[in-house]
Amino acid sequence: MAKELLKVKDLKQYFPIKGGMLGRTVNHVKAVDGVSFNVYEGETVSVVGESGCGKSTTGRAILRLDEPTSGEVEFDGEDLLALSKKKMRKKRKDLQVIFQDPYASINPRQTVRQILEEALDIQNVVPKAERGKKIAELMETVGLGAHQADRFPHEFSGGQRQRIGIARALSVDPKLIIADEAVSALDVSIQAQVINLMKKLQREFSLTYLFIAHDLGVVRHISDRVIVMYLGKIVEIGDTNSIFDNPQHPYTKALLSAIPVPDPEPEHKKERVILQGDVPSPIDPPTGCRFHTRCPFATDKCKVDVPELRSEDYMKEEHMAACHYQKEIEAGTHTAKY
Amino acid sequence: MQQLNAQETPSVEPIRPPEGQEPSKNKASKSPFQLAFARFRKNKLAIVGIVILVSIVLISVFADLLATHDPTKSNLLLIENGPSSEHILGTDGSGRDNFSRLLYGSRISLIVGFSAMIFTLMIGTTLGSIAGYYGGKIDSFIMRLTDLMQALPFFVLALTIISIVPEITIALFVTIIALTSWPNLTRIIRGTFLSLREQEFMLGAKAIGASDFRIIFKHFIPNAIGPITVNATLMMAQMIIFESGLSFVGMGIPQPTPTWGNMLSQAQNIRILRNHPEAWIPAGLGIFLTVLAINFIGDGLRDAFDPKSNRR
Repeated sequence: MAKELLKVKDLKQYFPIKGGMLGRTVNHVKAVDGVSFNVYEGETVSVVGESGCGKSTTGRAILRLDEPTSGEVEFDGEDLLALSKKKMRKKRKDLQVIFQDPYASINPRQTVRQILEEALDIQNVVPKAERGKKIAELMETVGLGAHQADRFPHEFSGGQRQRIGIARALSVDPKLIIADEAVSALDVSIQAQVINLMKKLQREFSLTYLFIAHDLGVVRHISDRVIVMYLGKIVEIGDTNSIFDNPQHPYTKALLSAIPVPDPEPEHKKERVILQGDVPSPIDPPTGCRFHTRCPFATDKCKVDVPELRSEDYMKEEHMAACHYQKEIEAGTHTAKY
Repeated sequence: MQQLNAQETPSVEPIRPPEGQEPSKNKASKSPFQLAFARFRKNKLAIVGIVILVSIVLISVFADLLATHDPTKSNLLLIENGPSSEHILGTDGSGRDNFSRLLYGSRISLIVGFSAMIFTLMIGTTLGSIAGYYGGKIDSFIMRLTDLMQALPFFVLALTIISIVPEITIALFVTIIALTSWPNLTRIIRGTFLSLREQEFMLGAKAIGASDFRIIFKHFIPNAIGPITVNATLMMAQMIIFESGLSFVGMGIPQPTPTWGNMLSQAQNIRILRNHPEAWIPAGLGIFLTVLAINFIGDGLRDAFDPKSNRR
């Protein structure tokens, strides 16, 4: 197995809710509540889940764009959360991020050259004299012409802007790139271009990706492993094929059954699992298994006991799910109530 | 997921300029600031404002050449004289030439307005940036301070300070105006920064390792330049009014320094008000035109920086 590049242990991100006359903290939004996983060098790990499950927050907490409440983030053997602000700024050379919205994530008042120059300057990647050459190279790498360097972001299309974002992330020669819904805002044909570009870059520069997404089709296409999150917790983690072919957690099953099938032949028609209700509030999450309020398999036990991530003997190694009844559901001895 | 296959979408090719065309000869790329300037130039009122203001600035710069007399030299034989070929606008209560005082007066108004604006801008931008960028306790502290300042009546406060201080110089005057008028600008800049802080490009800058200082100066202030310029301009007009107002009640720049406010204060005398309109109307007109011109420019800038406010 490859080297562990990123180790996240029991990461928690609580956002305080201020209230009352004196602005006291009255409660917390538990956006990420005890998440642990590893990312190996050179692989692509996807984090999926519906809106508000904490996937983007996890990415931001790892990068310390928001300071996490507690937990450990170890990158390349170094504890990121223990670094001083100044050292963390230097460390950002190795961890980069591509944002969701290509219209919002780049400063509208800088030209592409200024955007890239700033990154090169802060991290001192190449000597000053070679910066021009490096910028031209970067632009060619992401599929923009070097002649476009002196243009402003508003002169580019969404897909081109996302390439600018990718060029900025690449400019500092990072080891890990967190792609926070990097293609969600683009239309499908552009999505394909950008994803293929990202895969090409991964091969060329031996990058590691943490890919945060909600488009399961894209996720299946690009990931080596998948993490499924629900309400701030990981409900299932495993390699892409195991998750997609043999989902264990009822939530994963529901999520996967929502993928539209391009060719709806009868034999391919999967059973559609439709969940009831909405995602409960992360301010006051359900007790026990957080999914029990919407789970068709839930029993009284689920309301009390918190399920741990574990593997069953019929599951592939490294494939783990957090359901009390995953074994029984698989064997068919525990059936849905509706 | 067949549609995602690399073979079918080989479009990571660089976008190249058409054959035989020099890329650098392309139409020059325009920055958001240049686009705003192009919109500004189409605004007729703003151009009128610029023309008026530039004329007044030229008059104040070349006052030495245009003036017919020394504006501070009094001649007790020529008190409150009407217009004559020697004194176009007559003389004031101390026998000083009104026309020369009018020309030199523009200097004081512009210097006071401009330097008070710059000074206020410095205080407001610093405090507003800190409050808006860091938020939290420091923000609450600065905001309570602005609340406090805004609760104090400016005019009374200024009058109090001026009556305590033995000698009023222009520098002191400017300082008093700036120290009492920074809260408004601070609030505006804080508000702009608060909204900028929520934008993703701030995270983008942070993610490449930019320091707070760099984010404020390279990313936030350039994006806040619109509201800052507009408010600074309008503020300058306000400050000219303040100066005239204080001088009018005799609490401004002391005589014999020629200011428009000082000239207007002659009109407190009912005899001059009735019989010598040529002594005070030009000064009032000067204030009026300057403030109007600056406000036109400010409005033009607002429309230029915010293309959505298309009222024309």
